[in-house]
Amino acid sequence: MRIIVFIKQVPDTAEVKINPETNTLVREGVPSIINPYDVHALEAALQIREQKGGKVTVLTMGPPQAEEVLREAVSLGADEVYLVSDRAFAGADTWATSYALYRAAEKIGFDIILCGKQAIDGDTAQVGPETAEFLNIPHISYIRKVEEVGDNSIKVQRLMDDGYDVVESSLPVLLTVVKELNTPRLPSLKGKMAAKKAVINKLNLDAIGGKDIEMNVGLKGSPTQVKNIFAPQSQVQKRELTGTVEEQIATLCQDLRRIKCA
Amino acid sequence: MRIVVTTENCISCGVCVDSCPFASIEMRDDKAFITENCQFCKACMSVCPAGAIVEQAEEGDSKPAADISDYKGVWVFAEQRDGKIAGVSYELLGAGRRLADARGTDLSAVLMGAGEEQAQELIKWGADKVYHCADPLLDKFNDEPYSQEMITLIQKYKPEIVLAGATPIGRSFVPRVAARLRTGLTADCTSLEIDKESGYLLQVRPAFGGNIMATILCPNHRPQIATVRPRVMKRAEFNESKKGEIINVNSANLSSRTKVLDTVKEASECMLNLQEAEIIVSGGRGMGEPKGFKLIEELAELLDGAVGASRAAVDEGWIPYSHQVGQTGKTVCPKIYVACGISGAVQHLVGMQSSDIIIAINKNPDAPIFGVATYGIVGDVYEILPMMIKQLKEAKEA
Ligand SMILES: Cc1cc2nc3c(=O)[nH]c(=O)nc-3n(C[C@H](O)[C@H](O)[C@H](O)COP(=O)(O)OP(=O)(O)OC[C@H]3O[C@@H](n4cnc5c(N)ncnc54)[C@H](O)[C@@H]3O)c2cc1C
Ligand SMILES: Cc1cc2nc3c(=O)[nH]c(=O)nc-3n(C[C@H](O)[C@H](O)[C@H](O)COP(=O)(O)OP(=O)(O)OC[C@H]3O[C@@H](n4cnc5c(N)ncnc54)[C@H](O)[C@@H]3O)c2cc1C
Repeated sequence: MRIIVFIKQVPDTAEVKINPETNTLVREGVPSIINPYDVHALEAALQIREQKGGKVTVLTMGPPQAEEVLREAVSLGADEVYLVSDRAFAGADTWATSYALYRAAEKIGFDIILCGKQAIDGDTAQVGPETAEFLNIPHISYIRKVEEVGDNSIKVQRLMDDGYDVVESSLPVLLTVVKELNTPRLPSLKGKMAAKKAVINKLNLDAIGGKDIEMNVGLKGSPTQVKNIFAPQSQVQKRELTGTVEEQIATLCQDLRRIKCA
Repeated sequence: MRIVVTTENCISCGVCVDSCPFASIEMRDDKAFITENCQFCKACMSVCPAGAIVEQAEEGDSKPAADISDYKGVWVFAEQRDGKIAGVSYELLGAGRRLADARGTDLSAVLMGAGEEQAQELIKWGADKVYHCADPLLDKFNDEPYSQEMITLIQKYKPEIVLAGATPIGRSFVPRVAARLRTGLTADCTSLEIDKESGYLLQVRPAFGGNIMATILCPNHRPQIATVRPRVMKRAEFNESKKGEIINVNSANLSSRTKVLDTVKEASECMLNLQEAEIIVSGGRGMGEPKGFKLIEELAELLDGAVGASRAAVDEGWIPYSHQVGQTGKTVCPKIYVACGISGAVQHLVGMQSSDIIIAINKNPDAPIFGVATYGIVGDVYEILPMMIKQLKEAKEA
């Protein structure tokens, strides 16, 4: 089984904030991490490898420093890693990101591609399905359980709003995973050693298509543009409660009943 | 296009360096320098006190496709599950109507699966036209036939704007449509407006886990496609006598390499409950132990409401995930939301802050939840909740 896992390096978003007065981002030493969902995707890949044999390849598109997350992937057990990196890929929206990942995945070859449900910075959840369309393969989103991996098919549970669907697909296929799928392992000592020595394979524009695809990658290939960013605002009408806690609750309960009947 | 620093104007203050969420600005030779890690989010442009950071056009910047003006009309994808129209569809019709009026054009709905009755219903909720695709392969959701059908329809009728719900269904198949049509897709929008000057769709969405909002444009490609967060837009108005046209679509060449073998409804009652509920009582880590949720349940029951929770409470194992409200849980907007022992992290707030009335009970007067609360009570939940329950019970019996 040839499995490719897409991982993205992201800022730890719980720590990125906007200062509402100045409308500026406050990013005090926000650490870069592997997108948390992608760690679950990698874990799923390692489990399939344990069961079926084969190779787990991890791929990321990003600037040179994204190499860090690839080394982390090796420490967790990835067999080989690829960094898709070129000045020409910068500024990609999900369309152009997916296009570049599609070219890279096609070059490497695969039976299964695993992605996170979404990246915690861009938050779009679009890269997986868009890449599947470019590759002309089926995809299943929001996998919460892998039920069965056959040689030519796979059976999984797909999380829905009101429960889940059991879905079967032929291979090759692309899957996006949610966190309840599994509990990721921690890096082993051997893994950490391997990470230090790991060869980072690099794919630049020329390696995945060169001039012919220049108009499909990076900012030039991106149909969407970020016009501006701003702080989330909330307008709240406060109602003061006064007196002892008991009196406050009395007023509140009165209001509650009134609102409920309204 | 590039974002560049005009070094003559740069005053070396370094504000932009801290403002960049991607750590892609450095000081080089005492001037700001934008590295290749730039994601073009433009955060730096708005903070630079000297106006030294600018957008620069480049050769090869994308230009409007020649046939952009051929695209007309607003479409919404009317989602159905088990033959019933999903709630988000009415919200899309509400938003779609506004946009169609602003563009002086028609509003159409695309219905895959379900029946004639549902198609009629969409008209009464505001659609001028309904494209009804009744191929049996579309009854149950599969990504490939849904996207194939949508692609064919869009290529044939060329709508200018297409909206779908940011639900597990919409967020899964619509990206395939955008990829194939070589156009932009904006995810999980919370506000949609037409720009008066350009006529473009201004798509506002949260990113960075709800910490920032971004306005996204798709200037040079059509249609402009967006998924829309459920429970945020106002529903359309129902008009019993509204007339419209149903176009029965004959699907050709649909195929699917995935197959739904089984559909399992899970704790669906409380999940539905949560999003449909007019009153929600939620507990957080401040409830301290699983027993605390007994109080939450009791209050919820007294108010005919549903039970919600913060992620911390779910992570503690006090209550199942299906009750989680927030960024990675449900978005709710009840009439009344009672937050007990919840601090009010942004990831929780994004899921509930459009509730009409928010009541916060927390022992820490500085908890951020008080910032969005209509009513705030500072105190211990184990003191406040029993008092509330007692008073409400007495009032009920009286
Ligand atoms: C504020 C802001 C808002 C944005 N809004 C939009 C928008 O509405 N529409 C749009 O098209 N673009 C948007 N973008 C651009 C988008 O964030 C980037 O294209 C990003 O590279 C990919 O999208 P994502 O982070 O949402 O990933 P997602 O689609 O959420 O990622 C899903 C999965 O795809 C894989 N993946 C994603 N990126 C990579 C990568 N670089 N390398 C390897 N695997 C990867 C991972 O497995 C990940 O878990 C926005 C950017 C910003 C800064
Ligand atoms: C990517 C991402 C996604 C996330 N998604 C979600 C999400 O969907 N939903 C969500 O809720 N969170 C989400 N979170 C987590 C979020 O950041 C917070 O950690 C979480 O909401 C905190 O839950 P809490 O308020 O219950 O707990 P805490 O932050 O620990 O707050 C507990 C509060 O209880 C108060 N308290 C303690 N004891 C008492 C008492 N006896 N009486 C009264 N008050 C008391 C304390 O003063 C405190 O304010 C997400 C985080 C990330 C990074």
